[in-house]
Formats: sequence, C-alpha cells, structure tokens
Amino acid sequence: MIVKRDKLTFWERLYLPAIIGGFKVTLRHFFNKKVTMQYPEEKWVVPPGYRGAPYLVKDQADRTKCVSCQLCEFVCPPKAIRITPPGPQGSPEVGNVEKAPKEFEINMLRCIFCGFCQEVCPEEAIFLMKDYSLTGTSRGEMIYNKEKLLSLGGVHQDKIQKWKHKAEEAKEQGVAP
Amino acid sequence: MSSPAITETKPSPPTTELMKVKVDGKEIAVPKTTPDPITGKPVATTMIQACALAKVDVPHYCYHPKLPVAGNCRMCLVEFGTPALGPDRKPVTNPDGTVKISKSPRPAIACATPISPGMEIYTNTPGVKQMREGVLEFLLINHPLDCPICDQAGECKLQEYSVDYGQATSRFVEPKVHKPKHVDLGPRIVLDDERCILCTRCIRFTRDIAGDDALGIVNRGSYNTLSAYPGKAFDNNYTLNTVDICPVGALTSKDFRFKMRVWFLKETKSVCTSCATGCNIVIGSREEKVYRYEPRENDAVNACWMCDYGRLNYKWIGSENRLTEVRIGKSTSTWTAALKEISEKLGKAAPGSVAIVASARQTNEELFLLSKLAQKFNALTDSVPRMKEGDKLLLSADRNPNSNGAKLTGISPAQMGANLPKIADRIRSGSIKTLIVFGEDVTKHGIGTDLLGKLETLIVSDILPNPTTELAHYLLPGCAHAEKRGSFTNGKGRVQRFMKAVEPKGEARPEWEFLHELVYQVTGQNGFASIEGLFNQMAREVPAFNGLTWAGLGDTGASVPI
Ligand code: SF4
Ligand code: SF4
Ligand code: SF4
Ligand code: SF4
Ligand code: FES
Repeated sequence: MIVKRDKLTFWERLYLPAIIGGFKVTLRHFFNKKVTMQYPEEKWVVPPGYRGAPYLVKDQADRTKCVSCQLCEFVCPPKAIRITPPGPQGSPEVGNVEKAPKEFEINMLRCIFCGFCQEVCPEEAIFLMKDYSLTGTSRGEMIYNKEKLLSLGGVHQDKIQKWKHKAEEAKEQGVAP
Repeated sequence: MSSPAITETKPSPPTTELMKVKVDGKEIAVPKTTPDPITGKPVATTMIQACALAKVDVPHYCYHPKLPVAGNCRMCLVEFGTPALGPDRKPVTNPDGTVKISKSPRPAIACATPISPGMEIYTNTPGVKQMREGVLEFLLINHPLDCPICDQAGECKLQEYSVDYGQATSRFVEPKVHKPKHVDLGPRIVLDDERCILCTRCIRFTRDIAGDDALGIVNRGSYNTLSAYPGKAFDNNYTLNTVDICPVGALTSKDFRFKMRVWFLKETKSVCTSCATGCNIVIGSREEKVYRYEPRENDAVNACWMCDYGRLNYKWIGSENRLTEVRIGKSTSTWTAALKEISEKLGKAAPGSVAIVASARQTNEELFLLSKLAQKFNALTDSVPRMKEGDKLLLSADRNPNSNGAKLTGISPAQMGANLPKIADRIRSGSIKTLIVFGEDVTKHGIGTDLLGKLETLIVSDILPNPTTELAHYLLPGCAHAEKRGSFTNGKGRVQRFMKAVEPKGEARPEWEFLHELVYQVTGQNGFASIEGLFNQMAREVPAFNGLTWAGLGDTGASVPI
C-alpha cells in the first residue's frame, strides 16, 4: 500500500512554533507539584487492599493462627508454599487446636502475589500485606521460613476466636478439651 | 488372551430370579435376592442395591456393602411406590393401560427396605431433597466442623454430602454438645468423639468381621458416645480398617495422623507384601515418600480389608539405610562395570558350580529370569520359608508374598528351604563356587559367614544392608515393590500385578531390569525389556501361567491352579 504524504505547509516547515509549544508544556510541569518519587530513598505508600507479600500472623494470645491445613499449599498457583505438618504428635503448645505447622516456607521468588492463599485460608492465618519490594542476595534468602513470616506478619486482632470459644464452651460442659 | 474363567473376580452369583423395578423412571432387572455380606445366605435385595445396579447414587452413611445393615443414619431416605392393587388383589391399570402406581405416603430407608416386583424408587424428588437437607442439618447440629485440623478432610462423606445435598448455612445458634476429643482407643487408633456421627460402621466391622466385639455406644441422645469396652484396648489386628470405613474423621490412624493432607497423595494400585494373602492396596505417596497403605477392594482376595500388620509395614521403603550404590568388593562401582564383570565370571562358571538363593519376596518375573540363569548352570536353587502364626481372617501363616511364584518358576522346591542345607554342604565341600543371593540374608538360614567366605564369587542383590550384603563381592541395590512393577502369586494361586508408586533410591534399579540384561549376557537369550513383554513371555514359558497376559491380569488379578 502506498501512503500518500501530505506536503508540509510553510508554517509547519518553520519548526519553531512546534518547539516553542513543546517547551511550554515542559515549563508548565516545571512549576507544578512533583510526581516523581525518589525511590528507593522514598517509598510508595500502598493503598488499602493492596496485595503485597503474604505473611503469617499470630492471634492476640500469641498463637500461630495457621493450623497446617495445607489448603494454601494446594491452591497456590506457582507452588510457592511448602508446609511441613506436625506429624502424629500434633502440636501440644496450641492446646485444643491440636495442629500447627512444624515448618512453613514461602518462596518469594515464586510467589505472584495473587492472594489465593489468603482467600482460601479457613483460619485467617495468612494475609497479603503491604511489602512489595523484597530483595535478597541469594535464592535461599528469598525462601522465607515460618519464623520470618510470623515476625513480618505480626498480630492479627481476631474478633471471633473460634478455638478459644470452643475450649471455653467445652469447659463449661465439663468436657476436658 | 486369558480365558474368562481365569480372570473372573467373583464366584458367579447363584442364579437367582430377576425382578423388574424402576429407579427414577429407568426400568432395570435386579436379582430378587443378594448374598448376605456376613453369612452369604441369600436375603432380599434392598432398594439401595437396586439403585447401585441402576447406577443411581443414594447418599448413605451407615450402610456399607460388606457390613450388616443397621439403618440408623437416615441419609438414604427415598420415596417409592408399588403397583396399586384393586379389591380383587389384581393390579389396577391406568386408563392408558400402564400399571397404576400407588406412591407410598411415607419415605423409606433404601438400605434396609427390600424391593418388590414393579416397585418404583424415586431418589430425586423435592421431598427426598428436603429429607437429605434435614438429615444433614441434624448431623451437623453438634458437629465441631474441625475440617482444617481433621485428617478426614478431603475424603469426608460429611463434607461431600454437605456440598452435594446440604444447606449453605446453619440455623443452629445454641451451644454445641462437646465430647472427648482425643480418646486413645488402642495402640493404633485415636478417636475424636465430637466428629462421630454414630453410624456404628466401626462397631459392626469389629464385631462381625474382625470378631472382636470391642466397641459400643454409651449414653443417650445428644450425649451418645462411641467407646471401647471399659478396660479393654481396641487392639486386634484389623483396627485400622475402621479408620477407612468411618465416613468422618472420628477414627484416625495414629500412624498417619497429621502427617499429610490426603489430597496431595498420589494413589497407586499395589499389593501388600507382608504375607501370602496379597491384599490389594492403594499406596498413598507424595514426592517419592510413601505415606500410607489403604486396602483396595478385591472380592477374590481381601474384600475391602487388610490387616494392621501389613498396613504399617511400609516404613523400611524410605529407610535411611537403603542400599543405594552398586559395589564391587568394598568400592563403589557402576551398573555397567558390575554387570560386565559378573557376566564374564558367570560365563566361565562350570555347570553345577553355581547356586541361587532367591527370596520369595521377589516378583514372578524376577524369579523367572533367575530360573533361566539356574537352567544354564544346572544350579541348585531355593528360597527361604517364612512361617509364622496366621489368623482366621486375612493374615496368612506364610509371610512370603510370593511363595507360589517361587515354586511355579522352579526356584523353590516343593518343600521350600529343603535345598538350603544342600547348598551349604556343597559350598563346604567346594563344589559350589558361586552363590547368587536375591533379597535374603543367608547367614540366618544355614549358610554362615564362614561358608560365604569360602565362595569364589558372591553376587548379592538386596534392599537393606545385612551380613550377607557385607560380604558380597558384587552388591546390586534392588527395589522395594513400591518402586517397580511386577506380579506376585498369592497363597491361593492368584496372580496379581502391582504398579510403581515412587522412584527407586539412589542407584537402585528394579531387579528384573538388570536380571534381563544379565540373562542376555550369560545365556544369550534375549527377552523383553518391558515388564508387559516379560510377563507375557513368562506366561508362555511357565506352564502354570499359560494363558495369562499382563493386561489380562487387570486390577484384581487372575487365578492359576496350584
Ligand atoms: S499470594 Fe498466591 S502465589 Fe503467593 S503464596 Fe499466596 S497463593 Fe501462592
Ligand atoms: S490455609 Fe491458612 S491455616 Fe491452612 S495452612 Fe495455609 S495459612 Fe495455615
Ligand atoms: S469429619 Fe468431615 S466435616 Fe467433620 S471436621 Fe472432619 S472433615 Fe470436617
Ligand atoms: S466412629 Fe466413625 S464409623 Fe464409628 S460410629 Fe462414629 S462415625 Fe461411625
Ligand atoms: S444408610 Fe440407610 S439408614 Fe444409614
């Protein structure tokens, strides 16, 4: 196909008007509020609902909320999660909850921040938080273990406290949990 | 192809009269009677059996095809109708000539209601739907909904039926009745009473199948609690079957508890190797680790059950001690080098100077290949008998899974173990110079370390180290049954195949693979390099297996006369 080029008019062939027009735009921005952020010295504050890195949380009674149900491990599309269940002895430290993960690893190089783990979790134990820029000097360092995930995740104020409620109800009925 | 008589899995049902019934509008002919699961006597066929024949699912908890009917859960409620009878006791017909059906005003439990001629069963009416919702609502009133920490989650009938037939939300606001949650029922079972739906399957199994009336229900109403007889441990050799048949997560296996979620387990059809019964099993494995065995239904062998002894005998597969290297003397070598040296040595061996001790835990195919080597050298061969106490249900006194295979392939004499003293004598006298040992520690069976020391060549293949493997001149690491394919011939002559669940450890290779190579190098006979071909070749050459094919064995095996 042959595209016909229109001839430039005299005014256009002068070039200067176009250049001056361009400088006007530049100058206008020069005096406007700056939008460029001096990353990494300056960090972007993410809006609420942002899906950053997934971390584990504890409840207000300092119990690791995760019960090692492994649903997140199953649902995670890039298979970033690897959980070691507690085994036949269970986890005596969590009382009537019986189970907590022996180890919980998320490979942050694999994680795609999709939020499926948070969505599937029946215990509200894993949340996508605000961290979006994770760095490390080796691949191994980017596999976050349980301890690290819990310390990054912090405490979640659990309004329902299902397990505590269950234990109390059983106690009232005289059944040892 | 094998003849149908050989591959038949069930004894042909006694010819019973057929009866026509309609399930959801579909007419089918069902036998008037069905054998009772316990006594085997013919009893009237029930609606749930008719529905099963019509391939219509009726949800049920307490009903189990291999247990006596209890009819207590009400999950199987259906509506039905029977032909209307006039005052003259004759069927009434509709104006269009069809038989008039008078629909029963009340529903009936499908598991315990016998069918009658012309009966119509309705399983998908609004009424049935409501009843199922109602039953599930009642079952969930006091249910703890522990799914995140419950081992049954993923294979739980309460979960499945709640999704399929239940309501989305609970209307129950009162506190739930709590029950003991961590009851130690016996050495292998933990009970969570809150999760129990009181179907009594476990009670009936242990009373009527295992013959150990150990379980019962105590207290009344909402406080109904499953319990073992006071002071009695629930410790017969079949307790773990109750974990399988428990539709919920009330009975859990201490061995499998909290180890892995069931949806991660890859299921492989296999056969238990702990005794000559050869119960059909499913191996649950994940990432090359075996997590559990579960019985697989085969009416010709083990029905739906297996014993606890066999079920828990799997941990050696993942043992740290596994032999994982090919060794020549004390130094690590490669398969190529070792097989080359072995075939050169065997090539020079004189007839009569070789003996073979091959375990009756090797597969038919492996024993067949070994018998080819034996023929070449006119070798004295034997296996090691393993007789212990058996029981009435499944556990056989013969703890070798393939004694019959060893006999049929000619490796073992009719009296297994009879040749072992002869082999020992001839090693002592120096006429046997080469000993090939597969999967046995011969030092425990009359061929001591002193005799092994006299041998010119000792070729050993095994899975775990023992005094014999220590002394081997050539050590070939072998595979557990879960790591290879093959077949066993059980105590009753049923040839059953098993599949590979996990990868062999380290350098280990399936025995039949390297034996095939060795047979080719030594005898020049070229066989098949695939298990299918090898089995079919064996079936042609070993008279007892004539007519069998690998494909024809199917999942439940085929019987051969023994
Ligand atoms: S956010 Fe998505 S990718 Fe990341 S761990 Fe959770 S499920 Fe996996
Ligand atoms: S889904 Fe939640 S409770 Fe389950 S393993 Fe993951 S984080 Fe733990
Ligand atoms: S028995 Fe079933 S429904 Fe009940 S807690 Fe266990 S998995 Fe959930
Ligand atoms: S423990 Fe399981 S099998 Fe036994 S009665 Fe309860 S629900 Fe049924
Ligand atoms: S299955 Fe029929 S009542 Fe339980």
